[in-house]
Amino acid sequence: MADDAFLRIEGVSKTFGSFQAVRDVSLSVSRGEIFALLGGSGCGKTTLLRMLAGFEKPSTGRIYLDGKDMAGVPPWERPVHMMFQSYALFPHMTVEANIAYGLKHEAISKTDRAARVREMLDLVQLTPFAARKPHQISGGQRQRVALARALARQPKLLLLDEPLAALDKKLREHTQFELMSIQERTGVTFIVVTHDQEEAMTLADRIAVMDRGEVRQVGSPTEIYEFPTNRFVASFIGSITSFEAEVRGRTDGLLRLHIPDFGTEVLARDVPSVGEGQKVTLALRPEKIVISKLPAPGTNAVEGVVKDLAYFGKDSLYRITLPSGALVQAHAVNARRGDEGARVADWDDRVWLSFDPASAIVLEA
Amino acid sequence: MAALKAWFDRRGWADLIVGLPYLWLVLFFLLPFLIVVAMSVATKTPTAPPFSFGGEHPWINFDGYARIFGDALYVRAFLISLGNAALATVFCLLIGYPMALALTRVSRSWRNILLMLVILPFWTSFLLRVYAWMGLMGKSSWFNTGLTDLWNWVVPIDWAVKSIPMMHSNFAVILVMVYTYLPFMILPLYASLERLDPTLDEAALDLGSRPWQVFLDVTLPQSIPGIIAGGLLVFIPAAGELVIPTLVGDAASPMIGRVISDQFSQARDWPMASSVAVALLAIMVIPTMAYNHYQARAEGLK
Amino acid sequence: MNRRPVFLLTVLGFGFAFFYVPILSMIVYSFNASRLATVWGGFSTKWYMSLWSNTQVIDALILSLKIALVSASIATILGTMAAIALVRMGKFRGRTLFSGLTTAPLIMPEVITGVSSLIFFLLLAQWIGWPSQRGFTTITLAHITFSMVFVTTIVQARLLQFDRTIEEAAMDLGSKPWQVLFDITLPVISPAILSGWLLAFTISLDDVVITSFTTGPGSTTLPLLIWSKVKLGVTPDINALATLMVVTVGLCVVIAGIVMNRAEARRLADERLAFRANG
Repeated sequence: MADDAFLRIEGVSKTFGSFQAVRDVSLSVSRGEIFALLGGSGCGKTTLLRMLAGFEKPSTGRIYLDGKDMAGVPPWERPVHMMFQSYALFPHMTVEANIAYGLKHEAISKTDRAARVREMLDLVQLTPFAARKPHQISGGQRQRVALARALARQPKLLLLDEPLAALDKKLREHTQFELMSIQERTGVTFIVVTHDQEEAMTLADRIAVMDRGEVRQVGSPTEIYEFPTNRFVASFIGSITSFEAEVRGRTDGLLRLHIPDFGTEVLARDVPSVGEGQKVTLALRPEKIVISKLPAPGTNAVEGVVKDLAYFGKDSLYRITLPSGALVQAHAVNARRGDEGARVADWDDRVWLSFDPASAIVLEA
Repeated sequence: MAALKAWFDRRGWADLIVGLPYLWLVLFFLLPFLIVVAMSVATKTPTAPPFSFGGEHPWINFDGYARIFGDALYVRAFLISLGNAALATVFCLLIGYPMALALTRVSRSWRNILLMLVILPFWTSFLLRVYAWMGLMGKSSWFNTGLTDLWNWVVPIDWAVKSIPMMHSNFAVILVMVYTYLPFMILPLYASLERLDPTLDEAALDLGSRPWQVFLDVTLPQSIPGIIAGGLLVFIPAAGELVIPTLVGDAASPMIGRVISDQFSQARDWPMASSVAVALLAIMVIPTMAYNHYQARAEGLK
Repeated sequence: MNRRPVFLLTVLGFGFAFFYVPILSMIVYSFNASRLATVWGGFSTKWYMSLWSNTQVIDALILSLKIALVSASIATILGTMAAIALVRMGKFRGRTLFSGLTTAPLIMPEVITGVSSLIFFLLLAQWIGWPSQRGFTTITLAHITFSMVFVTTIVQARLLQFDRTIEEAAMDLGSKPWQVLFDITLPVISPAILSGWLLAFTISLDDVVITSFTTGPGSTTLPLLIWSKVKLGVTPDINALATLMVVTVGLCVVIAGIVMNRAEARRLADERLAFRANG
């Protein structure tokens, strides 16, 4: 682990009774990063977040923030603030008082405090609403109050629990970019918990995908999407069609795989750790597959029949049956305008599917 | 000083929040109660205070409890108390249930006003509500004379009366108990009836039930928790009632609250008063425990 | 249902008549000129006049108000603490006994509470010489004890439906747990605490039985005064006093109801405002 890591989580586990919510998680986050914890409900992401905030104590393992061990530091002494999923605004205080609340514990002058509150109101564009109570403002405004309140004390680390979940779709997209620009301006390290992969991909510099209390992969959005290291991550982010495969050897720096469902061999980007004869999984993303009515040149091609298609407007999803009976999903952009005849293929058409060796994902598990 | 502040920050504040009310209740509630329990097995003496443990008397004296079962006065007082309380509970249910149900059927704006009218007696003096009935039940009151005239008009001339003897009877006790405790029955019933989903009624009607069948099959079973809560809220205070029987009751057939008070203040028999008090509590604990058991089971089912 | 529930509404009508006819009758007879309480002898306000100059009644009222004010305030503090202990403090030693002690006074018959308090005070006086005489202090102590558990019940119900994340948020922003209690929890549950205080105040102001056991010579509260007079029968001056009390309480409840309705209307208006701001 890098020594300059700003936040270091080392072998942290948490058990509630007999239930293990978080298992042996180790992560490091650098200063100024937006880091996302992504996973379904019950994957342990929120428990991990609550351990960072200090509301839960790790059963084992350590958390270091800026080189300081956080064990035994109560929530109110941590330089870590949280934006709650429900926003948790104080209903009896005005927007301004909510934002100022954390500052009353700081040894700064009254004028400095007022200046900081003004600065925060300005940052989230809520100055005209300063005197309102939380129930007098809209959901999006409440979200911004929660953000300003957590940022007012200039935390070293800001934790955001499903920051956009309570907003409607349109507002969510707008707020995503707003969050990113605020993070850029303040330079505070963000840790975002979310179940929404799109949200994680847009917001985060790096993502940790979690499942059943474990971190399954850490990487940039591109790494996670294009180079998943296991089947869980490959299928959790986006969609895939996977096939059993056997490694037959290497040709020109590419891996030669035998796919029983294709009845042929295909070439794929090399994975140095696999050896000849090893059983692996070949995963293909729908948009990486090219559909054509003419036999495709090259090796990575297979013939099939269109069983189903779904028209989405800008593109269509095809489900194609291979001779072995296996189903493949493939996307095709509807580049030409027109009615049914303009499509790449139609129901019951015989088509050829092909893909670039570099686009094929080889998974060991 | 700093150490004190650190202690307060860390756990002192929590210790105080638990400790102060705890200490208060132990000192002013548990301790007096334990004294009464101990007193119930003491022996009455003509000293001041009028009791003794040991000496020429037995350390533990069960005479008081023996007298509760042996002396007809006590058996009768217990039976009258429980009987009056049970009758008051049943009448409260019979009047309160339709009222609570009706409250769920009126429009929202009316409902708030009517609910306030049900709650209003809560805030007015209990003593004055009893007193108001004393004014109505007296022999020469407009209410009594009106009832008497009605009675004399309906029944044969031989049965005619000069006035209806209402005051100083068990009837008066039950009537005033129903009057004063009715809100305690209506409010929990209303709370449990209001939560019911009206579409259930419609579903039952849609499936061919007549309105009274809907009531028996759908409404009534779902309101049982409210009935039990309301019943206990009426029965428990009614059984230990002191004010109502003293003011409107028959002095010849006292209720148990009156017996405890008289034994204590007039006969100065502290041990006997304590024995009766402990016995009354024991009787009240049974329905309360049954209710807790029922509630725990209902929560377990959820 | 579309059909008007005729039977139910009839019972409701009779029920309200049952509630209010005795009280209205009492109010009417308080203006009776006749000394005989139940025979109408013409309209008069003389009983109200005589009440005004009755120092006994005024003194009793002042004593009652003093006791109710002090006991309701202390009962509210202790009762709220007990509710917080039960809902927020998790498991502590003796929790089962504590939770029993906060419910037992609710079902304890008043006469038993009265007798046990009196025995306790008498024995205490003998053992440690205090209280040397019964009166304001002993009545107040007894009232605090049995009204604090009502406050606990009300505040406990409110705390159980409290959104704890706002407490966590305050802690996260640097407040120690006891600061969170004062900054967040108590202000948010203050309406429940106020209801608890009002209930404790009313209970104390209304109590006859426990007061009659814990009082001493010279300390006559208003209910005790009424009690001693009422035992002798119905009199017009008590009718007048009762009318004044009932009307006062009734007005307070009605005003409270209107104020609460207003607050509700304001809240709805606020929400509409927020909705528009959202658009």
